Amino acid sequence: MDTVMEGEALEMADETTSSPTEQHAGSNGYEVVHSKSPVFYDIYERKSELKHQTHYCPGCGHGVAHKLIAEAIEDLGLQDKTIFVSPVGCSVFAYYYFDVGNVQVAHGRAPAAATGLKRACPEKLVLAYQGDGDLAAIGTAEIIHAANRGEKITVFFVNNAIYGMTGGQMAPTTLVGQKSTTSPWGRRPANEGFPLHMSELLSTLEAPVYIERVALSDNKNIMRARRAIRKALENQRDNLGFSFVEILSPCPTIWGKDPVDARRWVAEQMIPSFPLNVFRDRKLELPPDSAPPQRPVSEVLEIRKEGVRGLSAPHPHGFEQLAIKLAGFGGQGVLLLGQLLAEMGMREGLEVSWLPSYGPEMRSGSAHCHVCLSTQRIGSPLVSRPQVLVAMSEIALRKFAPQVAPEGLILYSGDKLPEDLALPTANVISVPASRIADKLGSAKATNIVMLGAMLAETNCLTRESALKVLEAKVKDCALLEIDRLALAAGWEFVNHQAYAGAVAQADGFAY
Amino acid sequence: MPGLARGNIEINIEECKGCGLCVESCPPKCLALADELSAYGVHPAVYAGDGCTGCGICFYCCPEPGAITVFRLAAPPKTVAGSRGGQHAPAV
Repeated sequence: MDTVMEGEALEMADETTSSPTEQHAGSNGYEVVHSKSPVFYDIYERKSELKHQTHYCPGCGHGVAHKLIAEAIEDLGLQDKTIFVSPVGCSVFAYYYFDVGNVQVAHGRAPAAATGLKRACPEKLVLAYQGDGDLAAIGTAEIIHAANRGEKITVFFVNNAIYGMTGGQMAPTTLVGQKSTTSPWGRRPANEGFPLHMSELLSTLEAPVYIERVALSDNKNIMRARRAIRKALENQRDNLGFSFVEILSPCPTIWGKDPVDARRWVAEQMIPSFPLNVFRDRKLELPPDSAPPQRPVSEVLEIRKEGVRGLSAPHPHGFEQLAIKLAGFGGQGVLLLGQLLAEMGMREGLEVSWLPSYGPEMRSGSAHCHVCLSTQRIGSPLVSRPQVLVAMSEIALRKFAPQVAPEGLILYSGDKLPEDLALPTANVISVPASRIADKLGSAKATNIVMLGAMLAETNCLTRESALKVLEAKVKDCALLEIDRLALAAGWEFVNHQAYAGAVAQADGFAY
Repeated sequence: MPGLARGNIEINIEECKGCGLCVESCPPKCLALADELSAYGVHPAVYAGDGCTGCGICFYCCPEPGAITVFRLAAPPKTVAGSRGGQHAPAV
């Protein structure tokens, strides 16, 4: 039985205003048409006694922009789906006010963070809110590339032609002739260039679907801003693409004007320099696209399915997670050794990560990489406390030995340890790997000798999978033969030679 | 209801920072800044008590989220033939 009456249905349709709290009217017969949006918190939990007020100065444009955005979010019914990315600047505290998902990001990086949020949560309404110092100075690269990629986010750019929070320094958008603490005689184009017009700049790009500049200068323009803000959010709801609204906004305190004059200044000074316009409003036509095939890494690396676990017997790894650091000079095959270990781990059905870390001095400079082998998913590929350190040079040994975890293992490619070296409580084995490799016919195989030694000592992975990986990686038959011998030689050295043994040092390596 | 202004507003003195933008913006000019100071040391906005049309401009010009609440005279209840007593027409 349908109980909705026609009269009620009509009244519901007629209810164009947002607030359902009608009954707290001042006098009889009145109903609320505009009141504080429920998108704002009732109480602002900020570090001040003034929890019922915003921190903005009297007459600040941010408050108006906040209200227009809150109203639009409320009217779209997307409060529970909104993620608000607040910037560095006066509006850094937007998260105290908006009762939505909030992320506050590094200076200028709001479009980059919003990109990640939107791609990870495409069903959310992700909006970045930035000032002119944030967006047009330190964050210029982020906004241009986010716009150019056509990220399906909404960016609100509050332009007040000055750095407000830090006390009035010249911004990229400061007007010609405008005084600031860093342009005390007015901005001189000869020295500081011209104001940056972000809306015009972004409208040279293909991808954005909507770019408009509005101003909080008078009643009419504020209502235009209201429409633009709503449209920019609707665009995102409809998954249309990148939307950008530049809001010319008064900053009475820093401009040194009273709020009414500041608003007038927006109209008289800012708008002539930053003309209001809809710079872009169109649908984005993308060329036909097919998603690239998604393949597992093992397939891309041509490790055949049966090869992954094609070992004669499953190997008991004896660890849940093994963090390995491999270090030496560039050119010693340090990074390659890490790749080999990672690939072996993959063949043995482990989760693996390989993280190279090398500077510009990679050739004949230091190089190291981090390898994690794990039976569980790996949280971070970074190895700061290696359980195994393979040091291929004395410099690497001195640098990384203090990081090794207690009871860890250090494999050092050298005849003997430097005597003055203070070592943590780790097992240390010196392997004359380069001499062994030279004897076998190629110094290139030094890293494989170390691999053999490491496998012999730790038993973390099998020689069998090492051979399989070498066969897949090394195309030169002669070198492959040397590698086979090197692997065996490293293995033999550890199993048949006495090693330095556990060296305990009281070196302040406290746990 | 004759005699009542079309609109009405409430100003929350606790939130008003006395910027005066609502006074400047109000089309029928029925707002003013009070002579006396509020607890925050500002002259808060006050409604003269008459002339408000409920247009809401002051609400949009005011930077504080909850400083101004705007009311409008409720429209007389809509009556649709058949909606009071007797048979109800099903909703479309």
